[in-house]
Amino acid sequence: MTLLRRVRLTTAGIAVATAALLALWPLLPAWAAHTVGVSLGGGLVVLGLLILIRFGLVSFGQGLFFAIGGYAAALANQFLGITDMLVLSVAGIASAGAVAWALGYIVRGHRGIFFAMLNLAFSMILFGILAKTVVLGSTDGFSVGVPTLLGFAPDPEAGRLTFMLFGYIVVFTAVVAWWVDRILASPIGYAGQGVRENELRLRYLGVSARGAVHIAYIAAAKLAALGGVFTVLLIGHVTPEDTAYWTKSGEFVFVAILGGSGNVAAPFIAQTVFELVRTFALQYAPDAWQMLLGITLLLVILFLPGGLWSLADRLRGRDA
Amino acid sequence: MPEVLLETRGLGKRFGAVVAAEDVNVSVTAGEIVGVIGANGAGKTTFCNMVTGYLTPDLGQILFRGKDITGCTVGQATEAGIHRSFQIPQLFPGLTVYENLLLAVGVFGHRRPPWWQPLVRPEVENEATAIMERYRIAESATTRVDRLPQGVRKLLDIAMAMVGQPAMILLDEPTSGISTKEKFDVMGNVIDALRKSAATVLFVEHDMEVVGRYADRVIAFREGRVLADGTPGVVLEDPAVIEHVVGRRPGRAPDA
Ligand SMILES: Nc1ncnc2c1ncn2[C@@H]1O[C@H](COP(=O)(O)OP(=O)(O)O)[C@@H](O)[C@H]1O
Ligand SMILES: [Mg+2]
Repeated sequence: MTLLRRVRLTTAGIAVATAALLALWPLLPAWAAHTVGVSLGGGLVVLGLLILIRFGLVSFGQGLFFAIGGYAAALANQFLGITDMLVLSVAGIASAGAVAWALGYIVRGHRGIFFAMLNLAFSMILFGILAKTVVLGSTDGFSVGVPTLLGFAPDPEAGRLTFMLFGYIVVFTAVVAWWVDRILASPIGYAGQGVRENELRLRYLGVSARGAVHIAYIAAAKLAALGGVFTVLLIGHVTPEDTAYWTKSGEFVFVAILGGSGNVAAPFIAQTVFELVRTFALQYAPDAWQMLLGITLLLVILFLPGGLWSLADRLRGRDA
Repeated sequence: MPEVLLETRGLGKRFGAVVAAEDVNVSVTAGEIVGVIGANGAGKTTFCNMVTGYLTPDLGQILFRGKDITGCTVGQATEAGIHRSFQIPQLFPGLTVYENLLLAVGVFGHRRPPWWQPLVRPEVENEATAIMERYRIAESATTRVDRLPQGVRKLLDIAMAMVGQPAMILLDEPTSGISTKEKFDVMGNVIDALRKSAATVLFVEHDMEVVGRYADRVIAFREGRVLADGTPGVVLEDPAVIEHVVGRRPGRAPDA
């Protein structure tokens, strides 16, 4: 299958999935709609990791940007009185973009375990700051109001998760995933493969490996931040532990491995599976959750190193 | 009067106590094919590294088309029009031959798409295919590079360097690791393809027969210095060159 065909197929798949989710809204029970929303939010963070993985990099600190997105939206809401979800999203993306731009000068010269751990270090520093900041509620965090969109406020009786918020998250995520897929198939995305495979050759092709890593890092950060904004708008509350804590970052890496890096859809599928399993595990076997995670990771690494997405390839009789 | 493409003035480079280049003055005219010879450690690769911006010389100047490019980055040297192949091929090992060229054409070819557009489009695919054919590696198109024989890797490495259509290419030991029998075939193909692209060539080579056959001019290095510089007939017969570089009487290229 040629790359161009694959891009077109993915575009069609995203369009169908978006339409299906929007059409299903009336049928979805509240918990299911919430799970979809949260999975798309988390999936965006993992999509950022997928970009880094294509560049041969992994970050154990994406919670940093997830938290920056969540906190930026929550702060703009609480302290500036902004309720528009579009403005809150832009606030989250812009804040993370600025931080990633600055930190990028430090991380872009590092690879492998150092790149991964530098990010962990940054996220732990942010966690420490957030947890100690009394005006932000310290470890308890603080609440976020119900968002509006372009001047339309949802029915106050309808609760937090309305079709407006659900539809906004679904459509925004779809557009972002479509865009990322095109970028991965473009020169800059291919340059990422060059970074992974041989930086010296890439330099001799006129591409700065560090520059390319810097761009990918900022892109991954913006995606994580957008995921953070969506999650906070859905949950209505932000805490350091649920965003910047290192176990959260680890969870994102877990989901990235679970889904695989074969397609931009993989992070969202994997995140949905993860959320569903967690929901049921916490309900029926709360003590077994960690063990379940461990066993799943083991099985995926041993038997499905390409992640859940590689199942799709196997079923199709992979021709790409 | 043909243009002087590359000129180095008093290049010097040391690694600790090792003198890798000392007072290297070389000038290459557009259209020339220059052979570089010298024992291991004579500074041939260091010369390629300095000219392409990979290493900064301690002393001296590098001019390309009259412009001072001393101390520029690899990216800038590449942009200026000097490319190179490597003694140990530098490829993308996890990708196939075709994907290697696709990547190269996509990020660096003259018909590369805008950076946000999907890279695989007919003009990019056609160019990648044309390059494979020009360097006679099309049969290996779908083979991953880490499973290729050395000879094909060498050719692909040169093909990758030619993607940007440089004015000048430096080939660092293009035939090392290739059997004596195949050397002439490979070198013949490469020189043919490079002549068609109108590239000026500087190649590092240990086989004096290959040098004698393809070089218009030969530069011999010894311990970082230029020992001799002139036509193959003169340099390959120079007693100092024979003693320190060739180590024996140069043989004649077989009449094929
Ligand atoms: N990056 C480096 N660091 C230290 N020494 C080097 C480096 N590159 C080359 N040298 C030394 O410089 C000398 C010239 O090396 P090189 O240019 O690779 O020789 P050649 O290509 O002619 O065999 C050798 O003694 C080599 O060990
Ligand atoms: Mg060498």
